[in-house]
Amino acid sequence: MTWEIVIGIETHAQLSTASKIFSGASTAFGAAPNTQASAVDIALPGVLPVLNRGAVERAIRFGLAVGGSINRRSVFARKNYFYPDLPKGYQISQYETPVVKGGTITIDAGNGARVVRLTRAHLEEDAGKSLHEGLPDTMGDVSGIDLNRAGTPLLEIVSEPDMRSAAEAVAYARTLHALVAWIGICDGNMQEGSFRCDANVSVRRAGEPLGTRCEIKNLNSFRFLAQAIAFEVRRQIEVLEDGGTVIQETRLYDPARDETRSMRSKEDAQDYRYFPDPDLPPLVIDDAWVQRVRNELPELPDAMRARLVAEHGVTDYDAQQLTASRALADYYEAACAALPAADAAAHKLVANWVLGEFAAALNRSDIAVAEASVPPARLVALLRRVADGTLSGKMAKEVFDELWSTPQATVDAIVDRRGLRQISDTGALEKLVDEAMAANPAVVAEFRSGKEKAFNSLVGQVMKASKGKANPAQVSAILKRKL
Amino acid sequence: MRTIAEMRHALATRAISSVELAEQALTRVTQSQPAINAFITVDRDSAIAAARAADAALAREDASALAGIPIAHKDVFMTAAMRTTCGSRMLANFVAPYDAQVVARLREAHTVLVGKTNMDEFAMGSSSETSHFGAVRNPWDAGRVAGGSSGGSAAAVAAGLVPAATGTDTGGSIRQPAALSGICGLKPTYGLCSRYGLVAFASSLDTPGAFARDAHGCALMLNAMAGHDPRDSTSLARPAVDYAHGLDASTPARPLAGLRIGLPGEYFGDGVDTHVAQAVTDALAELRKLGAETVDIALPAVRYSIPVYYVIAPAEASSNLARFDGVRYGHRAERYADLVDMYEKTRAEGFGAEVKRRILIGTYVLSHGYYDAYYLKAQRARRLIANDFIRAYAQCDVIAGPTTPTAAFPIGAKADDPVQMYLNDIFTVAANLTGMPAMSTPCGFTPDGLPIGLQLQGNHFAEAQLLNVAHRYQQVTDWHLRAPPRSNA
Repeated sequence: MTWEIVIGIETHAQLSTASKIFSGASTAFGAAPNTQASAVDIALPGVLPVLNRGAVERAIRFGLAVGGSINRRSVFARKNYFYPDLPKGYQISQYETPVVKGGTITIDAGNGARVVRLTRAHLEEDAGKSLHEGLPDTMGDVSGIDLNRAGTPLLEIVSEPDMRSAAEAVAYARTLHALVAWIGICDGNMQEGSFRCDANVSVRRAGEPLGTRCEIKNLNSFRFLAQAIAFEVRRQIEVLEDGGTVIQETRLYDPARDETRSMRSKEDAQDYRYFPDPDLPPLVIDDAWVQRVRNELPELPDAMRARLVAEHGVTDYDAQQLTASRALADYYEAACAALPAADAAAHKLVANWVLGEFAAALNRSDIAVAEASVPPARLVALLRRVADGTLSGKMAKEVFDELWSTPQATVDAIVDRRGLRQISDTGALEKLVDEAMAANPAVVAEFRSGKEKAFNSLVGQVMKASKGKANPAQVSAILKRKL
Repeated sequence: MRTIAEMRHALATRAISSVELAEQALTRVTQSQPAINAFITVDRDSAIAAARAADAALAREDASALAGIPIAHKDVFMTAAMRTTCGSRMLANFVAPYDAQVVARLREAHTVLVGKTNMDEFAMGSSSETSHFGAVRNPWDAGRVAGGSSGGSAAAVAAGLVPAATGTDTGGSIRQPAALSGICGLKPTYGLCSRYGLVAFASSLDTPGAFARDAHGCALMLNAMAGHDPRDSTSLARPAVDYAHGLDASTPARPLAGLRIGLPGEYFGDGVDTHVAQAVTDALAELRKLGAETVDIALPAVRYSIPVYYVIAPAEASSNLARFDGVRYGHRAERYADLVDMYEKTRAEGFGAEVKRRILIGTYVLSHGYYDAYYLKAQRARRLIANDFIRAYAQCDVIAGPTTPTAAFPIGAKADDPVQMYLNDIFTVAANLTGMPAMSTPCGFTPDGLPIGLQLQGNHFAEAQLLNVAHRYQQVTDWHLRAPPRSNA
């Protein structure tokens, strides 16, 4: 019996505004508890919300980036429930009319491109945090409330149940994560909770209607998303194969035990008593606003990928890697712009270096592109010395390492100081080859008797004698001629 | 001296200082407290300090029209450094770190805040009997209510303790107590005065406004209170208007010539006390003498006002009052087993019966499965009521009628019958549902000596017109100048 897995994902992306969605308090992460909670965030009596237009603008940007429609009139509602970290006793969220309707995300989980439809994206405020541990003993047996996060702007992005495997779910989450960072509406920091996913998972036998779903809440890493779905799918199939029924419920994933656990069933579900918030007039977005945001929208990753393949001649795979983040893509574009001659070979060289040495160095140093000590102009200065034959690939890597660790050094100064200039002078190279052949008559004889490997050994001798500075291509050519 | 104008004159001519006015007001407040209980909090020190500052401003001769005038705020407006209780145990010791916008504007105008006035708990009521701090008593008859919910402010002005006070009007909470206390009360257009710092009861209906002895006093208060506030998203950005303009000019022979006064049949039917009906009829005759003509109009949907109001207002209240949960401020139960127990005990102890009743009604009408039948239907009916008024204002300029069906009723008479209590607002709630301005001005007395109010309603932003009509009426009558015997208060 084969089971089909059906997954839909709700994502809470924290919008990158400096202040909160309904108050002027800062949204910066990591401040001391309750130091970034204004009278509005604490919900003192008499305070009122004022909508942050920056949050709306980011929602519009998202809607346009996914090809959704921007509702010209949307409504903020109150979602009523009691919890200590919800100061007003209600969350302000868009309910019946969200700011964005529809749209799509194209994913590739290794089985070709697939389109995931979006249902909607709506604006809402985050709640505060309850702290049950880490409080001073002197406070006794109490829970703490930190309202710094209360009122942080969120865009809740809801997909249709279009994914059919954990791998697709992860591909969707990764693509969405890259997109929101790309268009600058979310910093994407998952450790800090800026991008959190809830997965709705159900299974069914092929051809049957949708099964009962369970929602797994607050998955804040791609790995947890994959593991939680894998566990949940196994659990549901087991239940069904044992003749049981899946109960619609909300579950939590426990990474320590790699399992999901029931949090509350549908029967316990609260009645949120949604109604339009009378403190906020309907959000009206005019065509001019949408047009302005559209004009300011950067080239999107899909479009850029296609352009790099078509115009730069890079491979599809490399184009995908280069557009994995806006910062890396911008770096690549800036490097290409600094090239003296922008032909396919030059683009290919830049792509190789950006995805190779540069990306590796970023990883090793665990820093962001913007913090790298080798900006595009320095990299291009290095690549020019590769292109003109001054440096071999191996030498260039040594120079790159020194550029990385010595921000003020220039490429030519390093080359000269370390004597790394490649020997490309034919006369000098012929001398080196002659010496190598004279010193290794046995190897020469081996090659002449048909042992191809002996050739490489001779090249190696020449390189060794030149301390790696001989141009290997030229050495090979000379050797071939002489043998 | 009972009106702001008289006090302004005395201050301008240095016949009296603001400190002396404040001392007088504080003394009267103290004397009246046992009899009428108009105040919850009085702050002598801050009042005298404000009066000194006002005297300094008056000496510099750059003072505003209200500089040095003693006033009181309904205890629903946040005041920095003076507690704001909302008449509730829940907030009995709550001190806000900020001023409500209306409070801040009146402070900047150098008014002298004497204290905070008593009210129905969380502004829910029409008699000011539900306060945690005891009932307000009517200065005209201490056995009767002063009206509500802004009963303390109305009683304070009626008893001559202060010449003006703020109030809020959600379903009639300024106009009804003004009528029952024999003074002038104005509910402006929704959005004209900021709600920032006003403890929300029903956000789409709550309207800050003012009490004064006369229309001119209300106009001066409105001048100071009105204005756009970016912290209130429902606050309107409008060009400034001088609402007192022309009110002190000389009077032409027929000052209301050309004015069309609409008389809705719905406001003159059964259920209106005969003395009230007679006083209103007499007032209309006076208005005709001043040149106005009256036209019969119909407001067929207005009969749904009370049921619509008692769906929408509790719905919003049930959500607005959720923040009083004992977690961050306000009352918290002393002992509780767990979180839910803490919520339940805190709210059971902190709220009075009427507040609980409305939270329950509101929770019910918003519940899954009932929302469409109640809340949504009420919102549709609200639209129909508004359409009635929009049609009516094509036929007339203002609408007149009684403010309340009866004069002040005895304390306790309706305390156990919420529906009878709610019917007190039958003529006033429509203006809240439409957001249009309305006011009450004194127009007579019952044979028992209880004041009667005439309600004047107008289209959005017609405050200046309403104040003008009331002012012209007050120029030819003296109901607004009658005062209860001092011995009563």
